[in-house]
Amino acid sequence: MAKKSVLQEFSKGLWVEVPPFRLVLGLCPTLAITKSVDNGIGMGVAVTFVLVCSNVLISLLRNVIPKEVRIACYIVIIATFVTVVELTMQAFVYPLFLQLGIFIPLIVVNCILLGRAEAFAAKNGAAASLADGLGMGIGYTLALTALSAIREILGNGTFYKIAVFGPDFEPFRFMVEAPGAFMCLGLMLCVMNAIGKK
Amino acid sequence: MAQLLRLFAAVTIISLVSGGLLAAVKSGTQERIEYQQLKFVKGPVLKAIFKDASNDPLADRLKIPLDKGEVNCFVGVFNGKKNTVAIEGFGKGFGGDIGVLVAINVENDQILGVGVTTHSETPGLGSRAKEDPAFAAQFKGKPITDPFKVKADGGQIDALSGATVTSRGVCGALLSVSEAYQRLKPAILQKLKEKA
Repeated sequence: MAKKSVLQEFSKGLWVEVPPFRLVLGLCPTLAITKSVDNGIGMGVAVTFVLVCSNVLISLLRNVIPKEVRIACYIVIIATFVTVVELTMQAFVYPLFLQLGIFIPLIVVNCILLGRAEAFAAKNGAAASLADGLGMGIGYTLALTALSAIREILGNGTFYKIAVFGPDFEPFRFMVEAPGAFMCLGLMLCVMNAIGKK
Repeated sequence: MAQLLRLFAAVTIISLVSGGLLAAVKSGTQERIEYQQLKFVKGPVLKAIFKDASNDPLADRLKIPLDKGEVNCFVGVFNGKKNTVAIEGFGKGFGGDIGVLVAINVENDQILGVGVTTHSETPGLGSRAKEDPAFAAQFKGKPITDPFKVKADGGQIDALSGATVTSRGVCGALLSVSEAYQRLKPAILQKLKEKA
């Protein structure tokens, strides 16, 4: 495989390998928290922060960490950043923290993070890892935002808490419930596959 | 052996550094987190029972030592006087502990207002302890030294229909506040004097 440029590493996360739709990773929070746009964006930003920090740090330490204990080391690093995010969110955006709840600490076990650490940061330099983490994180945020926008608009008649259809609109309640999440994600995957087919 | 030591060293150093970093972040954010929790969990209740107060009871809170811990004591200013304090107490409800904030006028020991902060009661039944203002209003103006009991137990409090256990829990919380208040009153008065 030819060496890709930093820009390519960044942009692949936005479309070609966008995590929830192409890699189909990190689905648990994707399904659970995309009830409203602010939740989607909040979760995306939290994941992006952890992804960028852990990617860079793991890439810097990749020659120091012994192969045999690498997974343990990665998990410690990722868990540290997740806890930092959790405490920061509690301190500054408490209502959002209450909404996202258990899914913030669960970022630790999100496959995107360990996946990127193992598959990318452990083999590439810091700059490329930064680009990779940033691209993946932004791709994840955009995917969550898109999914939560559809669900919030149809299920609640609002976008970012602003009413879009006026008072007479009867929302499709089930879109903000669990079945709506599965259907919506399924349809999005279907559309993405149809577009991506060569 | 040298290889084994290297593994130990790597994991140990990474864990130590993370631990140190987390301790620093935790102590750096602790005060703000505590304030945010007070603001979003107790804030709305405090605002409801202190709606005529001219200060921010969240900012003006006293920490009174009790047994081994501390009691948060929110101070309300009415007519320019710091004469009201709110204390939280807990009672056993149907689904778990019920937290109740009780505002007490320190001059005549009367209850100014009562509000449920946290509970895990049945929605639509026990949860009315928080949602139904008429239930909490019963306590208004009563002396804090009253033996709070529901009517079924020979007291004067009208229980919520279908939620007697919850109503008992709220009474229990009031009794615990009453007990704490009577023990802490000298300390509270002294602190209020110091601040005024």
